[in-house]
Order: sequence, then structure tokens, then C-alpha cells
Amino acid sequence: MLLRHTPKEITERSALMINPAKTCQPIGAMYAALGIHGCLPHSHGSQGCCAYHRSTLTRHYKEPVSAATSSFTEGASVFGGQANMLQAIDNIFSVYEPEIIAVHTTCLSETIGDDLKQIRKKALAEGKIPEGKYMISASTPSYVGSHVTGFSTMVKSMAGLAETTGKKNGKVNIIPGWVEPSDMEEIKRVTKMIGVKSILFPDTSGVLNGPLSGEYKMFPEGGTTVAELKSAGDSIGTLALGEWCSADAARELDSKNKVPCKVLDMPFGLKATDRFIDALRTIGGVTVPDELSMERGQLVDMISDMHQYLYHKKVALVGDPDQLIAMTEFLVTLDMMPMHIVTGTPGKAFERRIREITKDLPYTVNVKAAGDMFLLHQWIKNDPVDLLIGNTYCKYIARDEDLPFVRWGFPILDRQGHQYFPTVGYKGGLRLLEKILAVLMDRKDRDEPEQSFELVM
Amino acid sequence: MATTAIKKNKLVQWDPADVKAKLLAKYPPKVARKRAKQIMINEAQENETPEISANVRTTPGIITMRGCTYAGCKGVIMGPTRDIVNLVHGPIGCSFYAWLTRRNQTDAGADGENYMSYCFSTDMQDSDIIFGGEKKLEKAIQEAYDLFHPKSIAIFATCPVGLIGDDIHTVARRMKEKFGDCNVYAFSCEGYKGVSQSAGHHIANNQVFRHIVGENDEVKPGKYKINLLGEYNIGGDGFEIDRIFKKCGITNIATFSGNSTYDQFASAHTADLNAVMCHRSINYVADMLETKYGIPWIKVNFISAKGTAKSLRKIAEYFGDQELIDRVEAVINEEMPAVEAAKNDILPRTQGKTAMLFVGGSRAHHYQELFTEMGMKTISAGYEFAHRDDYEGRQVLPTLTVDADSRNIEEIEVEADATRFKPRKSPEEMKALEKAGYKFKEYEGLIPDMEKGTLIIDDLNQYEAEKLVELMKPDIFCAGIKEKFSIQKLGIPMKQLHSYDSGGPYAGFKGAVNFYKEIDRLVNSKVWSYMKAPWQTNPQLSATYGWE
Repeated sequence: MLLRHTPKEITERSALMINPAKTCQPIGAMYAALGIHGCLPHSHGSQGCCAYHRSTLTRHYKEPVSAATSSFTEGASVFGGQANMLQAIDNIFSVYEPEIIAVHTTCLSETIGDDLKQIRKKALAEGKIPEGKYMISASTPSYVGSHVTGFSTMVKSMAGLAETTGKKNGKVNIIPGWVEPSDMEEIKRVTKMIGVKSILFPDTSGVLNGPLSGEYKMFPEGGTTVAELKSAGDSIGTLALGEWCSADAARELDSKNKVPCKVLDMPFGLKATDRFIDALRTIGGVTVPDELSMERGQLVDMISDMHQYLYHKKVALVGDPDQLIAMTEFLVTLDMMPMHIVTGTPGKAFERRIREITKDLPYTVNVKAAGDMFLLHQWIKNDPVDLLIGNTYCKYIARDEDLPFVRWGFPILDRQGHQYFPTVGYKGGLRLLEKILAVLMDRKDRDEPEQSFELVM
Repeated sequence: MATTAIKKNKLVQWDPADVKAKLLAKYPPKVARKRAKQIMINEAQENETPEISANVRTTPGIITMRGCTYAGCKGVIMGPTRDIVNLVHGPIGCSFYAWLTRRNQTDAGADGENYMSYCFSTDMQDSDIIFGGEKKLEKAIQEAYDLFHPKSIAIFATCPVGLIGDDIHTVARRMKEKFGDCNVYAFSCEGYKGVSQSAGHHIANNQVFRHIVGENDEVKPGKYKINLLGEYNIGGDGFEIDRIFKKCGITNIATFSGNSTYDQFASAHTADLNAVMCHRSINYVADMLETKYGIPWIKVNFISAKGTAKSLRKIAEYFGDQELIDRVEAVINEEMPAVEAAKNDILPRTQGKTAMLFVGGSRAHHYQELFTEMGMKTISAGYEFAHRDDYEGRQVLPTLTVDADSRNIEEIEVEADATRFKPRKSPEEMKALEKAGYKFKEYEGLIPDMEKGTLIIDDLNQYEAEKLVELMKPDIFCAGIKEKFSIQKLGIPMKQLHSYDSGGPYAGFKGAVNFYKEIDRLVNSKVWSYMKAPWQTNPQLSATYGWE
């Protein structure tokens, strides 16, 4: 047993977190910044933060992740990091020549009170930011929120680049939230299919799922351009996908640039995708094409075809709030039984939303925000499940409890596919179903007695 | 002076001075001046090793390979120990990123204590930063104790802990006294200390020595007792070395720290020899064990078959017992045929190829021996976090200046233990060994082992790595995970040499075979020929397609 010291009996913990279901804000800020074309993320802190975030993102995507750091030493920690940051700005624009740098803070620079907005002003005054180049910043202390809030904060800073010219551009801003590059690509495909012009930000497609061609581009083709971000202030509306990841940026555009917004769930599963498509066609004033209705029908078809393997299967899930909300709804849609749901990100609103989605189930779900995987594991020991959905760290629980396991979330360090195959939209729903069915049916094949081993399933 | 590397289908010519100039060309003048001192054209001849600047600050804004002090302390040294609850005091990230990511293997048996698959954190919130985190830390230690009753709990400080002034050492002492049966101690390894992981190694060495070593005086059975220092059992390296030791009849009392336990550290002072693998990360403990308990240390290298054989002979020679000397020779004779066979299989495909290694504080040196065995030449190498002694040899130690960044890293004063100091050899025996060419406490560093005209570069960064590959076109590049894919995008295979990414062990005899195969696989993979589509290599339509 790999988690052999986890007892079944649940005791209250108020200070010790074990096996977290979250990580810290800066990595989210870094991921978001990678979705801007020509952007070099910069970590204002000691160089370990940057090294850890780059390593984790690299292991998840198997792609290069470039980011710079202020390389704090003890001296900088005492006297403030302004000198390091100014020097970094100078070096970055000389050596790497990005279009824009997106700086986020860390617990270190926040604790000593460095003010990035003020440092930016000084850098501008000293001419350290070349003409036509940009610097944006986000305050992301690691002791607040989680990687999800760090992502959201950086996306909000991106929205800060939006300008209002008074002339509408006829586009819809779509803020996809922390989803995979493949998901961002899928959202663009569907949007194009419907015939709505859009500005998607951030957009890591073409950045973190690049080709091997013998060339290394530090700033790949993908990403939302600064020009697009500027133009976002002239859009006709904004669809924010996910309250936790995307709403703040959308509301910023609403209040600052008067671009009206609608906050939706992330389009995972049938119903959340329905709501996304419906909102998109309404805001864009277009008709949904038959091809998309066809894709929806295919998803419904597979649900009906395979319902017998899904019905009343008990599920434990762990991940990030926006993803879990949509996934829980999808599981309920499939007549499955989400039992235990944990996110590491704090926020009681998450628990309320999950309770609302699961209110018609014949039992009360276990749900916890600011929880950890140790608790999830204990819940599973007390009330066993048929399926576990979560990031790679769940494989230790899955092995110990002998559970079918679908990898979904961040980080996924031991399997491939998330970069290339979306799980958003109807096509993504098909893929989620395929993955869930595969593990459930493999388990049936493994455990079925020889007499009833089935060829046709 | 032009150096030529002959490769299949291509002839790469480069002049090291020209390469160096090109690496520096784009930097602002101040950065260029600093980097120039860290880029050395090797002239290592007649022991006149030139000086290289190392263990100095990374320039802000430069995309460095380096990590932080916490990573060196918790991640590298303490991470591989299985029965200590490693509790990280800080916001969640630091503990999360060091959770199982270094591929340290351990063998706890069916029911032994093993906390390596767990991640413990106080998950500090803003209120803890404002009002102090000591109370939360104390509570977390209590909760860990109540849940697991471990024999030991280690506390690690992250950046904000030092800034807000939480006294983690006092909390640790208080809890240790309260429990009575659990050793609790703390590491002030805030990420901003020092200039790289290296400071964290030193801090870990100090606290392990201060709080654990010497706690168990029980004499373990075994005729030839050693400690293996600076081996982290990544990909099972330590398992392979232990297999060989066992076969030779050598008892490994403690490994610092691959596959280790609390008791191994506690008993380390009962060994009779310290064999040091990674000089950078662990030499402090080796020195302290010698001063306090009288255990001499030697440098070994179990990376490469020849290195393994040499190291085993060195250990046998130290004990000087014919039985052990014969046993070691028998083991080498038994193991080498399989190694030779594997080498002969790959040699036609690897001979003449070139490598670059930028990793660690020892690996960029150790792994060159493996490449040499494969007939491959290392054309450029350097460390990520080493000091000058790792490049130039320990003879430079007295001349090293202590700068502002090193000054704050504690040097603990160690004296001979009143009752337990016991010289393992008489002064005459030591002299006789030294006279016969045996070297204690010596590490000659990487420079003397590299050829003239090669480039030795400290703290290589992403920009320079890309330039080096472009200019010198090695057949393989070795560094860490952050560097891996930017290099591979250029069509050059990259072997991760921190945690290997996959595979291993690469230490010992079986490890050498694994490494030969791995490098053969990488440098001869067909995938590097697929990078261009047919229409990209021949974009002009020269004829129309005739439909049948």
C-alpha cells in the first residue's frame, strides 16, 4: 500500500494539510500568461518558485515553458526586490525580446511589500520598457487562494490591456478559464462553426501543444495577441466560462470598458455545453448550424447506448471548482452518482453549488472546498466508489483502493492526450464518456468470472 | 585553435573562443562581463587549472536552470528518507512541487513506515503571515503526531517563514520535549537564501548531523562498514549500488539519503569509511563525521562500469583485507562480461558522437565517464549549482572568498566526540595508504577530466543552451526537465539527468548497461528524421501527378 498510513477513521485537522488538492497562485498566473502571444511570464520572487512552476507545467505538457525570475537573494528580501525587477526588465527585453512580459508576485515579494505597479512606473520612466512593448502584472501571493485564483488574477490583468475606442468590433470575448490548449482550440472551432467572431483569452493552443520540426521558437505561433487584448474593450460582449477562473476578468471588462458579460459554467458535458452554445448564438445573433446539432446528437446517442454501464455508478472526484461543477452536473446527467467531491481551492460557494446540482440525488454528497486528497481518500475508505476522477496524484489512491481511475485535471504527469484531445464541448463530452467507459468496462473484463466474460459489450 | 567533431553526415567545426564570444554577444555589458567569468575554455594541462567563477548569483531576468535553497534541502537531501514526516511550513506550493517529483525510490517492505507518498504542509494563509504561523505549525505537528506517531518529524521553512520571523526551531524543540518519543527538528531553508539549491544542501547536512547522527550507538553487524554519501536512489541507482555492496560483503550502514531511514542517519557514526558520491551536496557531513567520530572519507563514483570497479577497489584497499580485495575482484569479473557485451553492441552506433552535460554539482562530471565508455566525447559541460572546488578540485578551498550570499549559511563547529571519537586507522596506517597513492578527502573536480579546448560553463541558462546547441551541434544534450523540450525542438535528443524522467538505474554495472541502451536509443532514434514532411523538403512541384 502506497498510502498505508491513511486511517479510515476521520479526525478533524485544522492546521495540517495532507496531500493537497491545490497548489499556489503563481503557477496559475504563469499558465495564463503563456496564453498571450509573444509573452514571457516573469516570477517576482526567489528562483525556486519559477523553477518549480516551469517544471510542473513542462511535465504536464511535455513542452518547453519559458519564464524568467527576479532571482531574489537574502539581500533583496531585506531591501526589497525593486532593483532585481528593474534589472530583470532590462535583461529580458535585451536578450529574449518578448512583446510583453507578464509579471506575477510570490509569497516572498508580497510579504516584503513590493509594489509591481509602482515598479512598472519606474521602469517606464527610466525607459526600460521599449516603445511598443508591454508589461502587465498580477498580485498572486501564495498564501491566498490557489493556483486557480492566481490564474484568474492574471487573466484579469490581461483584460486590463483592453481599450475602448467607441467603435464596436463585432466580436465576442470568450474567456475559457484554465482549460487545456486542446480545449481552447475546440472552443475556437465551435465558435467559428457557429459563425461568431471571437477574441479568446488566454489561448495556450499553439503554445503548449507545439510540433517537433527542428526549430525552437521561444515565442510560438499561438496565443492571444496584444492587439486582440486591446480590442477586447470594443467587443459586443463577453462570455466568461467558469466563475472561479474567468468571471473577474469579464466583470473588469464590463465595468471598465462597458462590455456586457455573462458568466457561464465551463462547457464540460452535455448541459453546460448546451448553455454555452445557446449563449453564444444569442449574443452573436446567429443560428446554430446543423453540424453542431449533429455533434450534440452523437453525444446523446452514446449516453443512451452505454447507459447500462454508467447507471448508478458511484464516483469520487477531486480537482478545481469550475471543472468539478461542470463534471458533477455531467455525472448527474448520466445517472451516475457523484459521492465525494473535493477541491483544494477555498470558497463555500463551491459547496453550495455542488449541493444544488446534486439536490435530487437520493443521498447527501460529501463535498469540501479547501479540502485535501487525504480527506477524499478517507471518505472513499468509508463509502467506497466505482470510479475516481482527478489528477495524476490520485493514482496512489486508485492503486491502494483498486479503483478505476480517469485522469482529468491538473497536473497530469503520467499520461498523454490532454494537450491534443479536448474534453470541452460535445466532442469533448464524447471523449470524457469514452474515457469513463473504458476504465469501467476494463474493470468489468478484469473481474468478470470466466463463465460470464463477454465478447459483446 | 579549431576543434572538429566528425559525425555521421555532418562535419561540425567550431572554435571555442568564437563560441564564447557568440554566447556573450547579445547580453547587456554588465551581464556579459559577469558571464564571461563563468564561461571557461578549458586549458587543463599540467595541473594549471584556470579559475572559473561559480556559486555566484544568477542575474535577474536571465532564464536560469537553478532552483532554490528549499529545493536543495527538502527536495534533494531530505526527500528520499521514508520514515520521517517532512512537514513544510509555508504556503501550499513549496510542498506540492516537491511531492514525489524526483523519482527517489524506496523500499519500505510490506508494512514499513513510508511517508514519501504523502505531502505535508501547514498551508499558510494570509492571517498566518500577518499574525505569525508558529501556532499553526505547532498544531500541525501535533496533528501529524496524533495521526501517524512517526519516530521523527522534520520542519522546513519556506520564504515567508523567515521574513515574518517564525521561530521554527523553538517550536520543534518544544514539541520534541512534549512527545518524548519523536525527534522533531527544523531546517531554516528559506528559498531566498544562498544563490541556488546548494545552500539548502549545506543546511540539510548541518541539521541531520546535529539532530540525528549519533542518536543510535548500537553496533550493527558487518565486517566492512561504510556509509554511502550523496546518493539519492533516483530511478533505483541506490538499489543497484546496494546490490553490488551486498555481493562484495560490504555493509552499507547509511545512505545519505537514497532509500534511507531515520535509523540509518542515527547510526552513521558507527561506520568505518565514508564513500562520497555527490561531493557538492554532502561533503559537509563527510567532514563532520571525520572530525567528530574519526571516520575518513574518500570520493567514489558509481556512475560508469569503470568508475564502479575503481570505487569498489578503493573501498577494498582501504580496509586492506585480502578476503575483501579478492571478493571485489571476483564480483567485478562476474559483472563485467554483461557490461562489455552491452557496450560492444552499442559502440558501433555511439562511437565518435558528442555530448553536452549541464547538470547538478557532480553529475556533469560523473556521467562523462559513461559517455567515454561509449566512445562519446563531452564537448561542453558545467554545473548548475556547484562551487569552484567541484570544478577545480578541493585544493582551491582555502582560497575561496566568502561572499554575502554564503556568509549567512551556517558553518557548524564540530569537535571530536569525547567518548565516541575513534580513529579508524592509526596514523601509520593512514600514512602507509597515502604513500601508496591512496587519497583521502580529495576531489579533483571536473576540469582536469575534460579535454583541452572544451567549454566549461557554470550556471548555463536557456539562451546560452540554445546557442551552444546551434553552434556546436552535439549529438546529445543532458540537463533538467525545464531544458528538455526546448533542446529537443531543435532536433537534438535530450537526456534528463536530474531525475532521468524515466528509466534507470544508471549507477553500477547494471546501470551502465541501462545507460548505454538509453543513449543508443536516443542518439539513433528514427524520430529525428521525421521532422520535415515530404512537401517541406521539396516544396517545388517539379512535375504534375499522373493519375493511373
